[in-house]
Amino acid sequence: MIDFSFFLEILPKLLAGLPLTIELALTSIVAGFVLAVTLALAQQSESPFVVLPIRGFVAVFRGTPLLVQIFLTYYGLGQFRHQLSAIGLWAVFREPYWCAIIALTLNTTAYGSEILRGAIQSVPRGLVEAARSVGLSTCLTYRHVILPLAFRQALPSYGNEIILMIKGTSLASIVTLMEVTGIAQGLISQTYRAFEVFICAGAIYLTLNFAIIRALAALEYWMSRHLRHRPSTRDAAS
Amino acid sequence: MVDAFRLLGFQHGGWGAALLMAASVTVLLSVLGFALGAVFGGLAAAGRLRNSKVLRFLALGYCTVFRGVPDLLTIYLLYYGGSVALTSLGHSLGGSGFVGVPAFATGTLAIAIISGAYQAEVYRGAYLAIDQGQHDAACALGLNRLQRLRQVIFPQLLSYALPGLGNVWQLVLKDSSLISVIGLVELMRQAQIAAGSTREPFIFYIAAALLYLAIASVTGHAFYRLERKAPWRVRSA
Repeated sequence: MIDFSFFLEILPKLLAGLPLTIELALTSIVAGFVLAVTLALAQQSESPFVVLPIRGFVAVFRGTPLLVQIFLTYYGLGQFRHQLSAIGLWAVFREPYWCAIIALTLNTTAYGSEILRGAIQSVPRGLVEAARSVGLSTCLTYRHVILPLAFRQALPSYGNEIILMIKGTSLASIVTLMEVTGIAQGLISQTYRAFEVFICAGAIYLTLNFAIIRALAALEYWMSRHLRHRPSTRDAAS
Repeated sequence: MVDAFRLLGFQHGGWGAALLMAASVTVLLSVLGFALGAVFGGLAAAGRLRNSKVLRFLALGYCTVFRGVPDLLTIYLLYYGGSVALTSLGHSLGGSGFVGVPAFATGTLAIAIISGAYQAEVYRGAYLAIDQGQHDAACALGLNRLQRLRQVIFPQLLSYALPGLGNVWQLVLKDSSLISVIGLVELMRQAQIAAGSTREPFIFYIAAALLYLAIASVTGHAFYRLERKAPWRVRSA
């Protein structure tokens, strides 16, 4: 029943899409992280002119399907071809690749900024006050106290978001990008062997996600050094 | 702007009614998928909490696979796999030609399988959050297994699970847009059709986004109220 030669035949074809999947995910995760940190920090401001637009952005991008966001960027903005050409952005919005990256980036920015905002709020007030009392400026307090603690706190949730982004890149296949899911769909409609292709493509995604989970666990281990072995200063002094 | 009102309106040539109809298909699809997913999720959670190694392995496998694999792949598997199975069944019964699976049923099943994998984690967490004393007390009262489950464990389980279920519901609602790829005319597909025939994709995708937002916020509010007002709410001491 199970035909191994078929697996061997489709595996290299599916793997050919893996670089694009990783490229889409990596670009949007990195860009999204930078934007998410910026938005999370901006929301620490009290000004409603800063906070309200960000809240609106987050609500819209978390409340609508990623597919709508991709279509809006690719087909929706494509309607404004002349205006985009006039400001020199048509070269970007003409490419499904960049449209997918823009939509994925904005999507993960919205989720990421909420995760980081929560993490920044979870940093105990006492630590912030302690940092201020030893004379650190606001900027230095963020750099040396608040952000390192917030990043560690946010890591598990951010890890989930990264996995969701890997899965999200599959939607790029709907705007013609041939990443793993796009190739899988092509293979299924050519061979009508949905089950085998699903197993093979699924295994690729699961392996990728498993590797990411392990890497993040290692990162978390590394970032919680201070929680593991507390140097017993009292013993050393005595 | 006037153009947008005309296109989204309800008079002749307006797509308002079609979009609202499609939005109700989205809601129906999501509700049915979520409800069936609760069954799958409940079974998987029960499997993971069992002592049997085989059941635990199966349940863990189900959760891992369908949470780790892109939802589109699962949808393609069910759609193409189901069609191939139906077609070969048709041939063995003496028929001929290609038999496609109905898109609505396939979509519901896909959403149920995917959301079930997420719901399983929520139910498992909620079950583990119930104090062991509750099980002991229910036993001490002489309730039998079914009574314990129905009158003691289940109400508490639901109350612990509600916030997590609210998150899964939002996920389901957004996932339902993916069912458009197998041709079911739900909100996303209807927006595509309207965008294609009027060549105004921007207006229609914005309209779809707003409708999704509206559904998400109304149902999100309902979940919030349920959490706050539920008679079975566990009162924190």
